[in-house]
Amino acid sequence: MANGIGWRVTSSPGISLHGQHRINGSVLFDADLCLPGGMWTCLLGKSGVGKSTILRLILGLQTGGNFHGTIAATDRVPLDGRISYMAQSDLLLPWLTVLQNTVIGAKLRGEVADTVRAKELLHRVGLTDHIDKTPTALSGGMRQRAALARTLMEDRPVVFLDEPFSALDASTRADMQELATEVLVGKTILLVTHDPSEAARIGDQILVMSPEGVQHWPAPGNTIPRDLNEPSVIDCQTRLLEHLRGHQA
Amino acid sequence: MRRRDIFYALLIGLTIWQGLVWVTGAPHFILPSPWRVAQAMFKSRVVILENAWVTAFEVLLGLVIGTLLGAATAIQLALSKTAERLMLPILVFTQAVPVFALAPLLTLWFGYGMGSKIIMAVLIIYFPVTSAFHDGLTRTPQGYRDLAQSMGGGKYQIMRHIQIPHALPSLGSGLKLAAVYAPIGAVIGEWVGASKGLGYLMLLANGRAKIDLMFASLIVLACLTVILHLAVGILAKRLTVYAQGRK
Repeated sequence: MANGIGWRVTSSPGISLHGQHRINGSVLFDADLCLPGGMWTCLLGKSGVGKSTILRLILGLQTGGNFHGTIAATDRVPLDGRISYMAQSDLLLPWLTVLQNTVIGAKLRGEVADTVRAKELLHRVGLTDHIDKTPTALSGGMRQRAALARTLMEDRPVVFLDEPFSALDASTRADMQELATEVLVGKTILLVTHDPSEAARIGDQILVMSPEGVQHWPAPGNTIPRDLNEPSVIDCQTRLLEHLRGHQA
Repeated sequence: MRRRDIFYALLIGLTIWQGLVWVTGAPHFILPSPWRVAQAMFKSRVVILENAWVTAFEVLLGLVIGTLLGAATAIQLALSKTAERLMLPILVFTQAVPVFALAPLLTLWFGYGMGSKIIMAVLIIYFPVTSAFHDGLTRTPQGYRDLAQSMGGGKYQIMRHIQIPHALPSLGSGLKLAAVYAPIGAVIGEWVGASKGLGYLMLLANGRAKIDLMFASLIVLACLTVILHLAVGILAKRLTVYAQGRK
């Protein structure tokens, strides 16, 4: 089924991960977490605690260690090919235009690229006037929007975001958060972030990771993206920051 | 390098050369003056051009074949860990044999014609091209690899759409080295045994004490090498500009 902007509406599964990850024999983390289907989960924690490793484990990428445990989707269908990935770096290929970058997934799978749909998605993220430019001609915010269009082009029910907005200035970051929550609606999202305000603003579920395990943090109740001036959001981010600083001390 | 710089460099070189002729008082059959060499170059222009064409053809064909073979090897090594494990030590070991020492053998096997010189040029540039391009192919940033893997990209498609374009600047570096080495290979091949080419003409002129003709041939060879180096330099720059997405 297709909606007005050209991508299929999919039922997004939840994902659970239970187990222990070891690197060179020592335990990096012992985690037990669940990503609810169709919701935004924000994963916070200090550097090196294993946030990105969790993301890479579920994605099936190399982690340099051994995981003993289970990773499964709630619909019991294997996760291969159902997750798309967006990193801190936009990972746009500099020799390709924005449009060519958007359809790179199809090229890499040896499929015919749907450029009509790619153009619709680029229009959706506000890059219609820039489709023939190479990434070097774009600003940081525009590059991340192009990366977001590439992620949407994959049309997968689960999207993993590894600090995708952390290199942007505050204003662009807020814009990107709003755009992402709008265009990724209905998908199961795991957002790895260092930013408590980001988690308080767009996390349906907030998880804080530490060497002891993964802790559920109460998220403000209203729908995302939340207004940063709301008392509940300010309170959530303040307490999160204090908690994280306590862990870092 | 600006044209004015080239002009001044040439002027300084010619002045030093003429100064050496005056100061040493060397006879023209030992060290001919620039003017004498220019006269010999004009007088023997047809012979020089005929032989220069042969050498240029050997160098260009050697460069093209060597680049294609080197690039194909680098891609194969980057695609297959087994091939990399087995072939890389062999490739490095073959570099222990000076290619120049193979020239007599190549002439014996492939004759006095262009073939042995082209093979000589191919052999001398094969390793630099393979090594530089392979290095570039294996240095694809991990982020690109992760993204391609998460998208379900195939090994050959990732090579074609990511690894090769990303490694083009490295290929350009290998080509720049190759452009310098290829003429050396061809001329050494001609010295060992040939009936045409600038290397052959230099030996012939030397044997007949026509040192001015030898110098003229040498200058034409140097010009050929410089032109080739500049042309390959432009190509290498374009490869880098393309890979970096700069217009």
